[in-house]
Amino acid sequence: MGRVLSKKEQGSHNNFDAFHFLQKYGSLLLFFTLIIANVLFTNNFLKLSSLWNMLLQVFPVMLISMGITLVIATGGIDISVGSTMALVSMVVTKLIIQQNMSIAPAIVIAITIGLSYGMFNGFFISKFKIQPIIVTLILMIAGRGIAQVLNNGVIISFYNNDFANLGVYRIGGVVPVQTVIMLIVITATYFIVSKTVLGVYIEAVGDNKNAAVLSGINEVLTIIFVYVFCSLLVGVASVFETSRLCSADPNNIGKLIELDCIAAVAVGGTKMTGGKSKVIGTVIGALIMQLITTTINMNNIQYEFSLVIKSLLIVSVLYIQKEKGRR
Amino acid sequence: MINDVMYRFKKVNVWGFLKNNSAFASVALLFIFASIRYKDSFFTYSYIGNLFRQVSMIGLVAIGMTFVILAGAIDLSVGSTVAVAAVTTAYFSNINIFLALTVPIVLGVIIGIINGFIVSKLEIPPFIATLAMMMCLRGLIYIFTGISTVSVNDNAIPILFMGRGYILSYIPFPALIFIAVTIIVIFVSKMTSFGRNVYAVGGNEEASIMMGLNANRTKIICYMINGGLAALAGIILAGRLGAGQPVSGEGWEMDAIAATAIGGALLTGGVGNFSGTFFGVLIIGLINSIINLQGNLNSYWQKIIMGGLLLFVIMLQYFTGRKKINKI
Amino acid sequence: MSEYILEMMGIKKSFPGVMALNGVDLKIKKGETHALMGENGAGKSTLIKILTGLYKKDFGRILFDGSEIDPSSSIEAQSLGISTIYQEVNIIPSLSVCENIFAGREIKKGFIIDWKETEKKAKELLNSLGIDIDVKALMGSYSTAIKQMISIARAISVKAKLVVMDEPTSSLNEEEVKVLFSIINKLKAEGISIIFISHKLNEIFEISDTITVLKDGELVGEYETKNLTKLDLISKMIGKNAHAIENQKKSYSEFKEDVFLQAKNITSGVRLNAINLTVRKGEVVGLAGLLGSGRTEIARVLFGADKFDKGSIEINGKQVYFKLPRDAISLNMAFCSEDRKQEGIIPYMSVKDNMTLAILKDISRFGLISRKKQSDIVSKYIKAINIKTPSHDQGIRYLSGGNQQKVLLARWICKNPELIILDEPTRGIDVGAKSEIISIIEDLSNNGIGVIVISSEFDELIRCCDRIEIIRDGKNVGSLKSDEINEDNILSLIAGPVSVEGA
Repeated sequence: MGRVLSKKEQGSHNNFDAFHFLQKYGSLLLFFTLIIANVLFTNNFLKLSSLWNMLLQVFPVMLISMGITLVIATGGIDISVGSTMALVSMVVTKLIIQQNMSIAPAIVIAITIGLSYGMFNGFFISKFKIQPIIVTLILMIAGRGIAQVLNNGVIISFYNNDFANLGVYRIGGVVPVQTVIMLIVITATYFIVSKTVLGVYIEAVGDNKNAAVLSGINEVLTIIFVYVFCSLLVGVASVFETSRLCSADPNNIGKLIELDCIAAVAVGGTKMTGGKSKVIGTVIGALIMQLITTTINMNNIQYEFSLVIKSLLIVSVLYIQKEKGRR
Repeated sequence: MINDVMYRFKKVNVWGFLKNNSAFASVALLFIFASIRYKDSFFTYSYIGNLFRQVSMIGLVAIGMTFVILAGAIDLSVGSTVAVAAVTTAYFSNINIFLALTVPIVLGVIIGIINGFIVSKLEIPPFIATLAMMMCLRGLIYIFTGISTVSVNDNAIPILFMGRGYILSYIPFPALIFIAVTIIVIFVSKMTSFGRNVYAVGGNEEASIMMGLNANRTKIICYMINGGLAALAGIILAGRLGAGQPVSGEGWEMDAIAATAIGGALLTGGVGNFSGTFFGVLIIGLINSIINLQGNLNSYWQKIIMGGLLLFVIMLQYFTGRKKINKI
Repeated sequence: MSEYILEMMGIKKSFPGVMALNGVDLKIKKGETHALMGENGAGKSTLIKILTGLYKKDFGRILFDGSEIDPSSSIEAQSLGISTIYQEVNIIPSLSVCENIFAGREIKKGFIIDWKETEKKAKELLNSLGIDIDVKALMGSYSTAIKQMISIARAISVKAKLVVMDEPTSSLNEEEVKVLFSIINKLKAEGISIIFISHKLNEIFEISDTITVLKDGELVGEYETKNLTKLDLISKMIGKNAHAIENQKKSYSEFKEDVFLQAKNITSGVRLNAINLTVRKGEVVGLAGLLGSGRTEIARVLFGADKFDKGSIEINGKQVYFKLPRDAISLNMAFCSEDRKQEGIIPYMSVKDNMTLAILKDISRFGLISRKKQSDIVSKYIKAINIKTPSHDQGIRYLSGGNQQKVLLARWICKNPELIILDEPTRGIDVGAKSEIISIIEDLSNNGIGVIVISSEFDELIRCCDRIEIIRDGKNVGSLKSDEINEDNILSLIAGPVSVEGA
């Protein structure tokens, strides 16, 4: 490669390069800026209840974004997560409320059924090599239809059931259980990506599938795994959300949540074409998205402004993160 | 000129038709099925007319989407663009008819330019870029209209005509527009440099740049056309409903993508054609009609069947191992 | 009026951590064929990309036909009269032949394309180059060789003053190369200049008038071809005494080892017809043949990457059925593809993960990778086969072609296979690294590992093979052992009638 420069000759690169700095730390910077701005300007921001509230709100997006990070890392995408949420929500509610099943088995069954959506995606994408956007589009459309058909589109509400306690449970009376779940999921995802064989396989399949197959990697299993893992996380998120909201709304639950998740992943630095997963980046991305919503809410600004801000943010962050082409 | 056009079309007409057999045949089959089964309700001028009218709006959006997909990109903001146009035309209908017809289109084209710019110059992946635009536009619409519907002025005849009018008493005006646009677009895609460039850029962008084609400009123009057509659809919608609703167009981008895929286009670009999309739109419309006419299926089944249909079409493509070509 | 069409002077270009060009000159006369040579990493590619507008130079001047230019895009370079044909054939597979030739410049009446004329002109152009194909057919359906010819036809039709050809013959057979050379001579007669980049010494000496040699980003010199010998050239390029490389010959050894692999009567579609192949433990078998003769197809079938219709494969006497490469790998086979970009490296992954990709399961427990074991293995091979990389974590895409190839070889070697198939292992690699790779092959054989080598470089095959199988049109046409192995025999078998000798 021409002449590899020694460390000394490379010295000039120690000069501060604003663009590169932003590339690496921009998201983090933005995150802290938002926090500080809110601390200063938003009433009641620093109250513990507000913080817990934020964590509760970001919970579904955070969980699902972890799954979507791995999916995107294999070069795929999943826009069916909202519909999967609807399905699991409906199933678990029907089983508990209408069929009087005990909570634990009902949850297990509902999540398992949700896994079938992940299997569907993974199977058709890997075995038949159909484009992920098409396969997950199919499920996005049909999947929600199935959820709606289950109860004719009617919302099931429940207030006095034990199930409703799950979503509002607080550890030690203070910490929402969702916080712990998020931590577990984030850690697990990070662990998979950085320490396991599967993590390397995911990166290889997304970066150069041909080479991965020729190296003996089972790309079918790898791809099925990421979609099933994603649907697992969706199922967990759905159960807790359904419980917390005390209702199963097949028409609206999870609607457009995939947008927030994909945005979080993109802002977090994982390339849309596949390859390395940036798990911590996604975490920050999801938090940033939530912070914007919260800032808007708590300052009584019209909700729609958050949409505009988020969209501008996504474009700017992605532009900064772009790898500068060699010229 | 006719000779030139015929030369290209001559050898291709019959063969191309056969190639498109599945889409066209599906349309024919569905049509015949519906006519026989629901003959009293389906096979009437008014029902079919209405069907065509409905289908035309999504159809215009799908045609625009096909341009973008052929060029190797995607556009998720069309639904929001439809809403922008619907609201704008309704607003201007109270002021000036000419403005009411032109401003929305101009806005649609501008949205397309911005999309194209973000995708090509800022090099942001199209999925994310247009997703952001969709969010942004939706937000802006709600902010400007305060979530309320804007009515179309009762005296704004041209606009209402766009949505509700008939030509020759039976043919809905929107259907005419849809068919006319499809024909023009087919011509452009086969007989103009721009049309071929779209296929080149979508087929292998790097190679097309090496060949000296301006890939960025081609993509931007595709987005502009897409935006313009979506805006046109929005005007028609507003005319039909008599109002510009901020929720208009929600979900239309998915229908457009589905129609394009059913019509045979590859979402990676470079492969596909406009007559396929045309038939794809009709297939979706016919299936929805059949479900509606079949009273005992609740409408949620529409979604399930549409999903199943898409799956079927995709699997068909897989099993016939068809190398999709871009001729008619 | 200057006699030069192009003068690049004092060109400097650097990338993060690498000085790619350090004050390089390149002067091309009008109507001459000028070869640009050097190892991979010498800077040839960078220099050309600057010329054709893909990179921006840091310093220096470029004069083209008397005027100063500084192209900032390939379109601009094209409009100035500089046309390029790249190594990775850049065509659009979903468009037809004639559309590929005339993309962006279709013959029009007004704004409507005149297809009749365009197709006619395309056919004429190809005929003048000796190619007769259906210009309306889609590009994707043709072979790589044809695609390249069409690429060249396009460049010519743009009426360039200077045509840059980057490894144009890499996918051409002898006949096609002859056609290409006659085209080049035609261009010369019209006063068009050619920059010819290639690693194939024979071709350089046959077609070029002048040679410019680059090494490590510096200009070594400009020479008239007729005043230079092959050995001189090689020594200038790698700065070593080239004699040592040329004269080593592998000594013959009688193989009494067991047979490891036996492929019988392999037939696959039209590409392979009753192929027989035997490899013993530690034997190096070369597959020689023209491009398109089916050698890569044989390799892929043996490795389970492709299916076959008839025939059988036996490993250690037992019949095996491979559905996927995984299956072959589990039986200790390895395959290094000829296309390292598309089928070899995982570009954004580190060197360490790339190298251990096939053995991850072996260095992990319950799915957890042992980074220590990984690091040990990577260090071992970096040392053993001299891989130049700043660290284990370096993204493999930053390495030169030769070093990437070494990482890929290490990927398979560290798996301790019993048979390794190498498809064009030295393609696009500088002379120095080439001989290192040949040594690696010899080491493998000495360690009892069977090797199948597919190569179009006869001297490499001659140097390291115990036996060479000649393949033509998907059939075995001959077999050469030990002292039968020489270039003449190989060539005559490739050219001559089918002989009955099988594996």
